[in-house]
Amino acid sequence: MLEIRNLHARVEGKEILKGVDLTIRDGEIHALMGTNGAGKSTLSNVIVGNPKYEVTDGTVFFDGQDLLKMSPEERSHAGIFMSFQLPVEIPGVSMTNFMRAAVNARREALSQEPLKATDFLRLIRDTQKLVNIDKRLVSRSVNEGFSGGEKKRNEIFQMALLQPTFCILDETDSGLDVDALRVVAEGFNKLRGDKTSALVITHYQRLLDYIRPDIVHVLLDGRIVKTAGPDLAREIEERGFDWIR
Amino acid sequence: MDTTKSYIDLFANHREQLMAVAPDVMNSVRDEAIRQFQQQGFPTQKVEEYKYTDTSQLFSGNYELSMATARVSANDAPVVVNNSDLLQKYYGRCADMSDSIVALNTAFATECLCIHVGSNQRVERPLEISDIMKAQTNKMEHKRILIVLDENASLTLLLHYEATDPMRFLTTQVVEVVVGNGAHLDMYEIEETHAGCTRFNNISFNIFSNATVRHIGITLFNGTTRNTISAALKGEYSEVTLNGCVMEDKSQHVDVNTLIRHEAPRCTSHELYKFVVDEQALGAFAGKVYVAEGAQQTESDEVNQNICIGNESHMFTQPMLEIYADDVKCSHGSTVGKLDETALFYLRQRGIPFAKARQLLIQAFISQVVDYIPLQPLRERLHSMAERRLGGDLDTCAGCSLCR
Repeated sequence: MLEIRNLHARVEGKEILKGVDLTIRDGEIHALMGTNGAGKSTLSNVIVGNPKYEVTDGTVFFDGQDLLKMSPEERSHAGIFMSFQLPVEIPGVSMTNFMRAAVNARREALSQEPLKATDFLRLIRDTQKLVNIDKRLVSRSVNEGFSGGEKKRNEIFQMALLQPTFCILDETDSGLDVDALRVVAEGFNKLRGDKTSALVITHYQRLLDYIRPDIVHVLLDGRIVKTAGPDLAREIEERGFDWIR
Repeated sequence: MDTTKSYIDLFANHREQLMAVAPDVMNSVRDEAIRQFQQQGFPTQKVEEYKYTDTSQLFSGNYELSMATARVSANDAPVVVNNSDLLQKYYGRCADMSDSIVALNTAFATECLCIHVGSNQRVERPLEISDIMKAQTNKMEHKRILIVLDENASLTLLLHYEATDPMRFLTTQVVEVVVGNGAHLDMYEIEETHAGCTRFNNISFNIFSNATVRHIGITLFNGTTRNTISAALKGEYSEVTLNGCVMEDKSQHVDVNTLIRHEAPRCTSHELYKFVVDEQALGAFAGKVYVAEGAQQTESDEVNQNICIGNESHMFTQPMLEIYADDVKCSHGSTVGKLDETALFYLRQRGIPFAKARQLLIQAFISQVVDYIPLQPLRERLHSMAERRLGGDLDTCAGCSLCR
């Protein structure tokens, strides 16, 4: 599904990724751990095509398509979704308008008719129940005045509406208490299909107790320095990163 | 030939015709008006208030002077053309003749649309006046409106400016508004003309004790527009709100110049103007709040926020405070920025194409002005007009050759 080869990238002139190789197959969940500044967020931003990040070398293929040649919206239509570490507040844009535009843009890209207003509202209602998000949040502006937990839950709500095949959870656990974390993680588990794969970025084992990875990678100083099974996350929790260096 | 001189000649050639069709009150100030205009001439860009708009150049085109007469068909509406009692009492009292465009308008205007709401009367339904410019040649028009609300009267008024023919139009308009003690006026102006239109619109409010005025000006499409709005708070506890938003692109030009005068104590004023300037368009905002000596316990806030999108677009902003009282609470501020890149990317990550994402953010930016409108149907109409405007399919400019 996702194939990253020798990826180099920089942000604001500073080289952050220094040759990342990573393969994620259909249905697999990979955890990405590492110290602050190691390049975890840079990697996820490069995958989704954030224009602030500049790729200087390497390739990224997604389902056989050259991802680096695609715009952020095309990557989204191809099935890539990122749950942001810091979801943006957008006053004046209602959640409903936002999601209608997103769902219909995706349908258009897939040569499907736009959803009728009534069908869209039904979809919103059903999804809202599924991820257990307060319906008042859905009628407000995007993330405006949401608590940390509400913002993260809103990310999962959007994921449920867009039904991606590959999800990046970028520090979804940051700023969440244990209960909120469980709700968000359970939402994710409930939604993912057999073939959905994911890259879960986290500092802590805690999230991985709920979203169980198949493979764990450690990213340090712009390179993946260790790859192993789920036990690696537990070991890092106990011993930190120093022993890997 | 000198542009000022050409208008003085035009006046001389038409003086008798003008005098023959216009009411006495309007004629009585005509000669004085042209004298004032001659004395000042068209303001050059060295005049602070006209720094961003080259008036004489805009007036130098070849236009046919229009003296068409308006007909009012509404039966129960408080609108009359040339209401002589009202003219006698109020004509020319609010507008500032030291502005030479006002003087020019006063010299050429031949009729006045009068709106009068008597004391304690409440006009329940909003009154909408559509000003649709149609012509087979390039036209020049000098329009005049007088609005008087007596004590405790109330009115919601919508003025909608449109131009349907692909001709060039040059318009001056002077609107004088008197809002008596305890009266309430909501006034909306929507401009949806085209690139061939040049408009000089000058509104003056005199607001008395306990009266409230909300003026909201929306420029959806235009050519060159100068909106001069002044509000004088003349009685205690009166309140004025001047809000507006401007969407412009191509080579559009919108210059908004406002003056709020706190002449009495314990009055309140609010101002919020937002511009979205794209492509080669130019936006200018200058807002002055003047607090006279003795106008204690004045409260005033003024905000001007702008988004400059195009690399060749310009925005000039000038918030000003002039205070001669010592017990006041006044704030003013202005910003010019770009669209929020982080928000733009967030929307695109969810699959919303760049152009649509940009449109959503611009709409969100101006929604603060639109959402302030208490009249729900108008609010919804403006939201959908803005959506069409930003989506590039506004009726008035769809495929019209002037707008390219």
